[in-house]
Amino acid sequence: MLVLAKDMRIESETETAGRRRVMAVLARSERVDIDKQIGAIEALPRGRNVRPVQIGLVMLRGRIAGIGAPFNLGEATVTRAVVRLPTGETGFSYVFGRDEEKANRAALVDALWQCPKWRATVESEIIAPLAQMLRRKDAVAAAETAATRVDFFTLVRGED
Amino acid sequence: MYVAVKGGERAIDAAHRLLARARRGDRSLPPVESAQIVEQLTLAVDRVMVEGSLYDRELAATAIKQARGDLIEAIFLVRAYRTTLARFGYSDPVETREMKLARRISATFKDLPGGQVLGPTFDYTHRLIDFDTDEPGSDDASPDHAYKERAATPRVAELLADEGLIERPSDSIDGPPADITREAPTFPARRDARLQTLARADEGYLLSLGYSTQRGYGRSHPFVGEIRFGEVDIEFFAEEVGFAVPLGRIRLTECEMVNQFKGSGTAPPQFTTGYGLAFGQSERKAIAMALVDRALRAQELGEECVAPAQDQEFVLSHADNVQATGFVEHLKLPHYVDFQSELSLVRLLRAEFDAAQTTLAREAAE
Repeated sequence: MLVLAKDMRIESETETAGRRRVMAVLARSERVDIDKQIGAIEALPRGRNVRPVQIGLVMLRGRIAGIGAPFNLGEATVTRAVVRLPTGETGFSYVFGRDEEKANRAALVDALWQCPKWRATVESEIIAPLAQMLRRKDAVAAAETAATRVDFFTLVRGED
Repeated sequence: MYVAVKGGERAIDAAHRLLARARRGDRSLPPVESAQIVEQLTLAVDRVMVEGSLYDRELAATAIKQARGDLIEAIFLVRAYRTTLARFGYSDPVETREMKLARRISATFKDLPGGQVLGPTFDYTHRLIDFDTDEPGSDDASPDHAYKERAATPRVAELLADEGLIERPSDSIDGPPADITREAPTFPARRDARLQTLARADEGYLLSLGYSTQRGYGRSHPFVGEIRFGEVDIEFFAEEVGFAVPLGRIRLTECEMVNQFKGSGTAPPQFTTGYGLAFGQSERKAIAMALVDRALRAQELGEECVAPAQDQEFVLSHADNVQATGFVEHLKLPHYVDFQSELSLVRLLRAEFDAAQTTLAREAAE
């Protein structure tokens, strides 16, 4: 156990999984929804940009025949931000699109999540409601799609 | 030869102002908003993203509006915008098996695992103009709330692969994937470079080439193994963060074509595949791309290369509509000096011809 506890890699993996989950929710959420959740929290520390927010490109890759070696499919616009809290935590964001404010908010939330004082609040006041919104949206889309499922039936021919 | 011609500036300025005026059309009507184009002309937006080779729905919509609906012009605008941005890197390859399906059909297996869902499709519509598309209630879907959520949906090729009846593409290549935006492809091009070229190729061009293979110019007996459309999560390994960061979701259409293959001295008879992958809901593009991908594999599969669609250099060199339109449309720009020299040449040749005719006539008279 002592060995495990000292293994920084294992410890950072759980931290990483948490940050990835939070980032996934933020990346998919609309900026107005993120803003609404952030705006409702009192005395939230303000972060400052470590470097200017930047809009750039990521080349998206597919796989040959869906399962084979990778190939370059085409690019997507991505905006990235780095935000540091007064307490020293640094948050990052890379999100699809060109919304600099959204990237800033996402980086701020990543930083706050890393801050022990704020993690619980971020989870309950920002991530949980946003994730709930996304789940609802997905469920509506899935239900609409499910209605178009084909139920084949074969007509039995009149043979004994 | 091009020569700077002065004197057009005022006319050009006025023409651009007139263009803006013409773009706006009847001012008594409200202007179209980009957001409306994103939501209501979705498939035009998808096409501009595919051929502009840039996934950004709002940007594509703005380009369509600026281009007055001329999609090739919009694609040109998107490509130009792209050159102004730095590239952060390459995403992890998308796993289309994990796609949140909005449509999934197969023309080869009726009862395939995961089933068939039609999704929002023009298939089986009567192609009659509907004058009531804006009627209240005409845009309601009929959700099925009793559905059960599914995990990943296996692909049709996997069903055949169990029996060894279909080829399995190699999952490794030498070095990183080709990137034609950094290095122009050389011929014969590798399949990764070909797919990248086809992915941004003009839809009409691929459609016609694919059609030509069906009509017998490089026949490959295609069946749609599977078409799927839906959302996929994309991740990007960001150096400074130290792990793969989720960027969000994009919509993709994928087509796996299953083709007959007789086998060769070294390969057993089995099905081969053609592959199409495109941004958004771009089904025609994905199908055509899969046909042309398969046709371009003729050489590697040891088939006879006789048809235009099998000629790599021909197909890949003429597939890009921004390049094509640049060269074709440049013909309308001033070529005054070129033409002057052609004119002098024809006059000279004509004088020589006339002189020779006169000599001939004189000799005949004598």
